[in-house]
Amino acid sequence: MATLGELERSVMDALWSTEGTLSANELRDRLDSSRGSKEVAVTTVLTVLSRLENKGFVERDRSSRPHLYRSVTTRAEHTADLMHEVLGTAPDREAALARFIGQVSPEEAETLRTLLSGAHNS
Amino acid sequence: MFAASVVLALLALTLAWPVPLVLARAAWPSRAPGTALVLWQSIALAGGLSMIGSLVTYGLIPFGNNLIAGAFEFTSHLFAGTLPPGANFTQMFALCLAVLLTGHLLLSLLLTLVRSEKQRSRHLSLVNLLSAPLEGSPRTRVLDHPSPVAYCLPGTSSSVTVLSEGLVALLDESQLRAVIAHENAHLAQQHHLVLIAFKSWHSALPWFPIANRAENAVALLVEMLADDQARRATDDRTLATAIALVGSGAATDPTAPELSWANRGEIEPGLVGPRVARLLTQQHPLSSSARGTVLGAATALLVIPTVLLVLI
Repeated sequence: MATLGELERSVMDALWSTEGTLSANELRDRLDSSRGSKEVAVTTVLTVLSRLENKGFVERDRSSRPHLYRSVTTRAEHTADLMHEVLGTAPDREAALARFIGQVSPEEAETLRTLLSGAHNS
Repeated sequence: MFAASVVLALLALTLAWPVPLVLARAAWPSRAPGTALVLWQSIALAGGLSMIGSLVTYGLIPFGNNLIAGAFEFTSHLFAGTLPPGANFTQMFALCLAVLLTGHLLLSLLLTLVRSEKQRSRHLSLVNLLSAPLEGSPRTRVLDHPSPVAYCLPGTSSSVTVLSEGLVALLDESQLRAVIAHENAHLAQQHHLVLIAFKSWHSALPWFPIANRAENAVALLVEMLADDQARRATDDRTLATAIALVGSGAATDPTAPELSWANRGEIEPGLVGPRVARLLTQQHPLSSSARGTVLGAATALLVIPTVLLVLI
């Protein structure tokens, strides 16, 4: 049985790879074809969709029957948002993200390259 | 009471200015980062305690001969709406200042905790949507981005280490293992809690030059502690090379978002160089007697203001 997290990821992948909107039924068919034999119920897809809607990743068009869903932003934009947060270039950086390497000044990068060549030669 | 308040004020001043300055410049912390981290926390706590304690003991002088008697007397006067004979404006001002300062520091800590938790959980749910677990390590995720970055997202039940495609492409297998061990050490030792405490102290007292210095010193010590754990997974040179590769790669990466001028001033100076130098020069760890002395001093820093407050 797939976890809720995996299902959310599969649903978002399906929405990101579509230009327009999809209904819950269409989404289930895509999940079935991409996941092979595992059956996913439409109700499960609807649950996942409303969770994603609450988190602000999915928009729902309620004017049509059945409801149509689309992703709020593209995959690349989401990744760029994350990177802005990580690299400290987001306007509001509160999260104490412990990065392996923080910002490096050009001078420091030069020192590092010198140290690096020394380490390789010895 | 007056003597105690003067001694506490002097202690607060010493801990606010000369002591952090000397410690930030000292060379030994890189040889015993864990011990130094304890000392920094003790300085910050003792500094706050003596600053607020000095104001309280001074303000309570007309109410009694010691803190406990004074506090009882103060409460009954507060409910009666009266002031004891001999009470003056300066003392009442000191009491108000103590209340405001305590509230300000606690609220700021709470606010920083709530904000970073909110941002962290949103960040985590995005990471979960955007990336699949790395094969073999379910708590490691790989993000599809060319900038070489690695970081960890601490969580109560779901801590995650995130690597970028750029980082995986830049490093070889043993270097990658060193990076993952480094991030896992941050998570296992709960470093984010110390970082958040010092960040909130800094944002509560932005005009206080030492707060910035303390935050940077603590950030560097936490990195060194994680490096020490990573050294157990690989050798020193591999780890140093990984740090240097990622550091110089990040600086020259054309795909990295531009730093805005507002953030430029906040770049922590020298977080990377000292770490690499420390790994390559084979420093000896601080002797256990020296570490014992530092830990004793850290304990004394907390005991002295407490004794002054309660007993005198």
